[in-house]
Amino acid sequence: MSNKVLMKGNEALAEAAIKSGCIHFFGYPITPQTEVAEYLAKRLPKVGGLCLQAESEIAAINMVMGAAATGTRVMTSSSSPGISLKSEGISYIAGCDLPCVIVNVQRGGPGLGGIQPSQADYNQATKANAHGDMHVIVLAPSSVQEMATLAGEAFDLADIYRMPAMILADGALGQMMEPVDFDARESREIPEKTWVTNGHGGKRKKNIVNSLFMDPAALEASVVERFKRYDEIKEKEVKYEEYMTEDADIVLVAYGITSRICKSAVAAARAAGIKVGLLRPITLWPYPSGALAKLADTVKHFLVVELNMGQMVDDVKLSIECRRPVSFFGRTGGMLPTPDDVVEEIKKIAGGIA
Amino acid sequence: MVVFDRPKALSDVPLHYCPGCTHGIVHRLVAEAIDDLGVVDKTVGIAPVGCSVFAYNYFECDMIEAAHGRAPAVATGVKRTNPDTVVFTYQGDGDLAAIGTAETVHACARGENLTIIFINNCIYGMTGGQMAPTSMPGQVTTTSPYGRDRKIQGSPVHVCEMLSTLDGVAYAERVSVDCPKNILHAKKSIKKAFQNQIDKKGLSIIEVLSTCPSNWGKSPEESLEWLRKEMMPFYPLGVYKDIDSEEESK
Repeated sequence: MSNKVLMKGNEALAEAAIKSGCIHFFGYPITPQTEVAEYLAKRLPKVGGLCLQAESEIAAINMVMGAAATGTRVMTSSSSPGISLKSEGISYIAGCDLPCVIVNVQRGGPGLGGIQPSQADYNQATKANAHGDMHVIVLAPSSVQEMATLAGEAFDLADIYRMPAMILADGALGQMMEPVDFDARESREIPEKTWVTNGHGGKRKKNIVNSLFMDPAALEASVVERFKRYDEIKEKEVKYEEYMTEDADIVLVAYGITSRICKSAVAAARAAGIKVGLLRPITLWPYPSGALAKLADTVKHFLVVELNMGQMVDDVKLSIECRRPVSFFGRTGGMLPTPDDVVEEIKKIAGGIA
Repeated sequence: MVVFDRPKALSDVPLHYCPGCTHGIVHRLVAEAIDDLGVVDKTVGIAPVGCSVFAYNYFECDMIEAAHGRAPAVATGVKRTNPDTVVFTYQGDGDLAAIGTAETVHACARGENLTIIFINNCIYGMTGGQMAPTSMPGQVTTTSPYGRDRKIQGSPVHVCEMLSTLDGVAYAERVSVDCPKNILHAKKSIKKAFQNQIDKKGLSIIEVLSTCPSNWGKSPEESLEWLRKEMMPFYPLGVYKDIDSEEESK
């Protein structure tokens, strides 16, 4: 019997963090993710943990760094402008090989932008979190259930690969209510944390958590070692969902809230006799390039749908090495397309194919 | 027989500091305090960005190298998740009083149970002698080549005076390491700043007036003289806040 409860996406994510052993949270208020901090502020003191409101996003991510350096499971959450402020800290955390979970409940940008749902931070999350040669693992939930499941997965992946993991959600997922089962996922085996700085107790040599290398050869070696780990992640940790792709002439590519709109569009287009499917990346980094490349053997046309002006579309083109035409349809600034809007785009493409 | 030896908490490696720089003295005092209190195995030090960036190589406790100015936030993360550790930050004037002002002020405001060692030498040392938030009025630096003009570059920050107004600060004292008498006093103050943390009293900050002969363009001896004649009147030594004496006087 499953134990489903009805929850908001932001709260499901927060509760999943606690169930994953994260009882320390450092954050700063920003719409539309504030429910994460508010939920944790209520719950964490009751489980022996701490929810601390920092003076800034910069301070919050550096508190995360300090906690992570002691081997403590720790999380911060924010929304787009706040993630930009956290960039410096994310780079240091990556450079120090520390695990942590960062949540970005995206809103429209640039600048102060808006507070409605957006996917305009795709490029930032997957390619340019901060300065330096680095990546973070990026997971994109598309339901309240996945807000919970992927939060648990993010903590495990961060610990296994010693790097930050990001939940890239959006204002719609954060605010919507759906049933969620917190037992839906098995936790993974985590390697022993021998690198922690929590006082050596006279039992081991001192540990140093550091990202500074004055010797360029040593810095290069440390980056190359990190990229070997990245290669392992690309090999083992790619996650995606394929929906009605077996016989599809046209495949939509969308993640997060947009993928749900696209699923409705797939059903409507199929009812109109057009063979359409959907590939939904669940990991945005690592990206499901292999699955897309395979689809390109049979699919005639790809349509990328995003809540931005076209960011992931470049990754689709690269994945299929431009062997098939790739179209883009998006709304931005907090506007959401309807399934009918997407069906219209599909019909335009189908006319060209037929 | 008196044996003058290296404190156990100080690593047996050559320090990179310039001749006449007082960082080495302060490192030693911090290590002696850690030794005296017997806490090296549960201490976590946070190094800054600045001349003392390599402090992580110089102490025998666990060490973290923080981003520029963020040491008090990193220290907060360590201490709040591991309350039994002894956590100190070691920061210069640019790190603590310019880029890290928010982190410093709010760690103090929250009364984080931490020890901050603050080196004030009125200049950016590592980057080669630029104006610091604590550079003196009239002081010539590479970015105030005509002397710091209050109308253009603003006035220096008096850190102990400012932080002592915050309720979360348990102890704030400005000391100097220009002579043996002051060094002995600085040691007592630094030790008290660590003892306060062990006793869970809140945040203690020790501001240490220090020299930078290389970037001041002075000999070590002239530098000590400049510290005494110019810095001390502008940055008076003394206890700016001590909740122990406040309790006694009640």
